[in-house]
Amino acid sequence: MAESSELQYTAEHEWVLVEGTVATIGITQFAADQLGDIVYVDLPAVGSTIAEGKIVGEIESTKSVGELFAPVNGTVVEANEAVIASPELVNSDPLGAGWLVKVEFETLPELLDLAAYTALTGE
Amino acid sequence: MTDISDSAARYSPLHDLHVAAGASFTDFAGWQMPVRYSSDLAEHHAVRTAAGIFDISHMAEISVTGPDAARLLDYALAGNISAVAAGKAKYSLILEASGGILDDLIVYAIGDDEYFVVANAGNRDVVVAALQERAAEFDADVDDLTDDIVLIAVQGPNSRSILEQTKGLEIEAFGDLKYYAFTNSTFAGSAVLVARTGYTGEDGYELYVPVKDAVALWNALSAAGESHGLVPCGLASRDTLRLEAGMPLYGHELGLDTLPEQAGLGRVVSLKKTGDFVGRHAVETGAADDSRVLVGLVAEGKRAGRAGYPVMSGDAEVGTITSGALSPTLGYPIAMAYVDRSSSVAGTELTIDVRGSRIAATVVPLPFYKREI
Repeated sequence: MAESSELQYTAEHEWVLVEGTVATIGITQFAADQLGDIVYVDLPAVGSTIAEGKIVGEIESTKSVGELFAPVNGTVVEANEAVIASPELVNSDPLGAGWLVKVEFETLPELLDLAAYTALTGE
Repeated sequence: MTDISDSAARYSPLHDLHVAAGASFTDFAGWQMPVRYSSDLAEHHAVRTAAGIFDISHMAEISVTGPDAARLLDYALAGNISAVAAGKAKYSLILEASGGILDDLIVYAIGDDEYFVVANAGNRDVVVAALQERAAEFDADVDDLTDDIVLIAVQGPNSRSILEQTKGLEIEAFGDLKYYAFTNSTFAGSAVLVARTGYTGEDGYELYVPVKDAVALWNALSAAGESHGLVPCGLASRDTLRLEAGMPLYGHELGLDTLPEQAGLGRVVSLKKTGDFVGRHAVETGAADDSRVLVGLVAEGKRAGRAGYPVMSGDAEVGTITSGALSPTLGYPIAMAYVDRSSSVAGTELTIDVRGSRIAATVVPLPFYKREI
């Protein structure tokens, strides 16, 4: 599980871990808590191109549907099969085993640091 | 995310207990009520397999008393209330003259001249006003007791053992208490009404307790429940439980534009009772042939149709989902929907438009889930 301070964040309550040219993307603990028990995750296919700001997946809980927005432009290199099989991983370990996709990105947009994200959620 | 600064929000007398238990809150009809304490699914399963305790203090309690109380309710409600024996509860509806549903209610017959009506939080003012207005020609008083009473539900197969072992709770003739009946009880010297009713599809009880004793009763029930798997449950699990049980929720399955028959509640309306009641003419006339009716839908996979999603037959839109979820108990998507009568027969194959993609769905009779008795 990544340290929350190592991660960057978006206003859509996603986190991004940058390692070289690959960004690992997930949703924050705040987002997971807001959704409640997650029962279905739909992720973009490996090899597909994603564009920053566009909806590329869905995260459904018992109560509602959350959308996954692409935080970067790039190509999906891996989708987390474990969360598709066991969506509850997103609740139990959103910053670790509950990661969603890895993207080979072109350029990295400006993202939020932990302090800025925390200010945003007010928690 | 309780916003205490919101002065318009209402809080349950048990609010501090929920905060201490780590609940998340949601607005429900202006009340800040627990939506979950830990996990919706864990709370849901606890009610199906053990027991859950719910604070539903937002529900409205209204007393109707006086020599004409029964006659008033026969006129004001769709059911034959005067025929309900003392000690029994009855599910009923309050209709507009148009036949549209103002609210669904439970009526408890305390005695010939005393009834206790429980309405939905969001319809509290409307129901109190309608009953008071309809009482004009009757010798009966309608009083809103909501602020004086806390309603605690204990639901699930272990409920009975928990109530039996709750310190300080003395329940009269508990062994004889049938479903949809209630009995007078005391807790710490105060009168408590214990009803075998609920909104989960499980056996269970609803306890009406004075505000001053509510915290102590919640704590006593929780203590007795510890060895019986009792967990506090929020409105999220309450919603999936009632959906599985095929129970309607006002504002979703019921509303002013719905006649009881469309909602599958024709049996709740007593056309046999003598005398007029509000909505009678409209109910006897019936809904238009092109009106829609409530059905159950089941689908495969994990993607649920949700309230507002279109229901299709081929390329034609034939209905709209009013409530839907991936059923925690059954493991597949379920929904209630209003569909054209031609598409309402059990076995009809339809599709649900889930945000642009279609999933196959089949019309089924309600409820989706029925407990083994």
